[in-house]
Amino acid sequence: MKLTLALAQMDTRLGDVRANLDKHLHLAREARANGADLLVFPELSLTGYVLQDLTPSVAHRPTSDDPVFKELLEASRTLDMVVGFVDEDSRHRFYIAAAYLSQGQVVHVHHKVYLPTYGLFDEGRFFAWGDSIRAFDTRFGRMGVLICEDFWHASPPYLLWLDGADLLLFTSASPGRGLGPGPQLDSSRWVEHINQGYASLFTAFVAHTNRVGYEDGLNFWGGATVFDPNGEQIAAGPYHQETLTFAELDLNQLHRTRARLPLLRDERTSMVLREMKRIAGES
Amino acid sequence: MNDMTINTELARQILVGFIRSEITRTGLKRAVLGLSGGIDSALACYLAAEALGPENVLAVRMPYRTSSQDSLDDAQAVIDATGVQALTLPITDMAEPLINTFPDMAPMRRGNIMARLRMVILYDQSAAFGGLVVGTGNKTEILLGYSTLYGDSACAINPLGDLYKTHVRQLSAALGVPKSILDKAPSADLWQGQTDEAELGFAYADVDRLLYLLVDQRCSPQDCVEMGFEAGFVAKVVERIRRNQFKRILPPIAKLSNRTIGYDFLYLRDWGT
Repeated sequence: MKLTLALAQMDTRLGDVRANLDKHLHLAREARANGADLLVFPELSLTGYVLQDLTPSVAHRPTSDDPVFKELLEASRTLDMVVGFVDEDSRHRFYIAAAYLSQGQVVHVHHKVYLPTYGLFDEGRFFAWGDSIRAFDTRFGRMGVLICEDFWHASPPYLLWLDGADLLLFTSASPGRGLGPGPQLDSSRWVEHINQGYASLFTAFVAHTNRVGYEDGLNFWGGATVFDPNGEQIAAGPYHQETLTFAELDLNQLHRTRARLPLLRDERTSMVLREMKRIAGES
Repeated sequence: MNDMTINTELARQILVGFIRSEITRTGLKRAVLGLSGGIDSALACYLAAEALGPENVLAVRMPYRTSSQDSLDDAQAVIDATGVQALTLPITDMAEPLINTFPDMAPMRRGNIMARLRMVILYDQSAAFGGLVVGTGNKTEILLGYSTLYGDSACAINPLGDLYKTHVRQLSAALGVPKSILDKAPSADLWQGQTDEAELGFAYADVDRLLYLLVDQRCSPQDCVEMGFEAGFVAKVVERIRRNQFKRILPPIAKLSNRTIGYDFLYLRDWGT
């Protein structure tokens, strides 16, 4: 089985959901016209990243009666999509969120569980912390979605792997930083290293997309990538340019890689759980 | 940890994109900058010309009667090389009435008046030309406070503020800034014979290495001394960074209400764009 994946590395208008929605719909048509089955947008693709006090005014509910999601769900009848947005729950807590939409339905919503609040980041000041990490079934197999800082921690990808995800979808609004002598920023080099590492360790597909453009002095570096279960890079978008990057995923590669390298079969979940309980002082 | 080499192509790409994005998203497409004949403004001019097209950049030369002819000539070389629009407005006749009112005025006061008059001209040209003022201050001078508040530090956007002087030299060389500008001693050219390094009391090459360790690498002053920097030099630079914080922030607003600009009214400049 093959899956044609499109990764949007798009610029956004800060706080202008309508303008960003129009761009989503345009890119969805373009991705579909180029044969994509699934289109992944970056973190906070409907709103922009450094929202600060804009946060409450750009929030939406991922339901069919929400005016923004109504249009996105309609578009999801032609291809599956992962969109980034601010989710406001019924108690008026705001989350950095990503929703997987397919055939007019909301299949899964992930709330970012790790909110960087250090250095140039201030997410914990404006957002509530997500509290669950779950894989979910799609018409292309079982997947998991994580948002930026979520995959700077090893445990969320590990949990998704144990929960059955064979395709990890990572989204970012990663500010470029760390200019040195090399041709890459430190931020992009590090993300590519760990994503290749996750693909290799979990013998799974790992796709990542990151936005581009500027917000005040911050640049976002794009550089979407897809790694296959052998840890091979099978697609790479350009840095700093707005584009769609396409990758054809041969899902049968999971069978071939895991026949050779049964890391998943041999993973000792119960032992991990036992040791985790001991470390956490619960036993 | 001591390697301050930067990839100049990547720096160019990010900074050109920054200038283009941060000007065009305001609805404008043009830039104004003061061209002194020095390396910082030369680099800003090259970057702005690439970002916006040379026809959309206005470089303004604003000599005072004591400014050197070399500065004017070097600025002209940048104008010729980049093809930007240019204007020369001497500030002597504007500055003298104020300066002559106080016959014993110290050089620093005179220098500040010149820097602020240049700001007045640039912001007037900003309105006349329909372009934003592009700043030319680098990370070294911002950290050391080696600038005039509301003078040369005044700008709408600053592409060079995260580059140390050492980086400015690397990037300028890579972009083809004329050799006479690359090679000469940096100077604010506020009075004859002035050089940055004589006035600061240390060399850019030395202070940049120290600042890079203190700020970028988060080394403690003691770490830097152990790495071989002279303790007095380290103490002087650390104190200079602290003392000049006021130049790097907006004036504090006294909080009275539940929502105060700067404390809990937080939006980026790029709000809505």
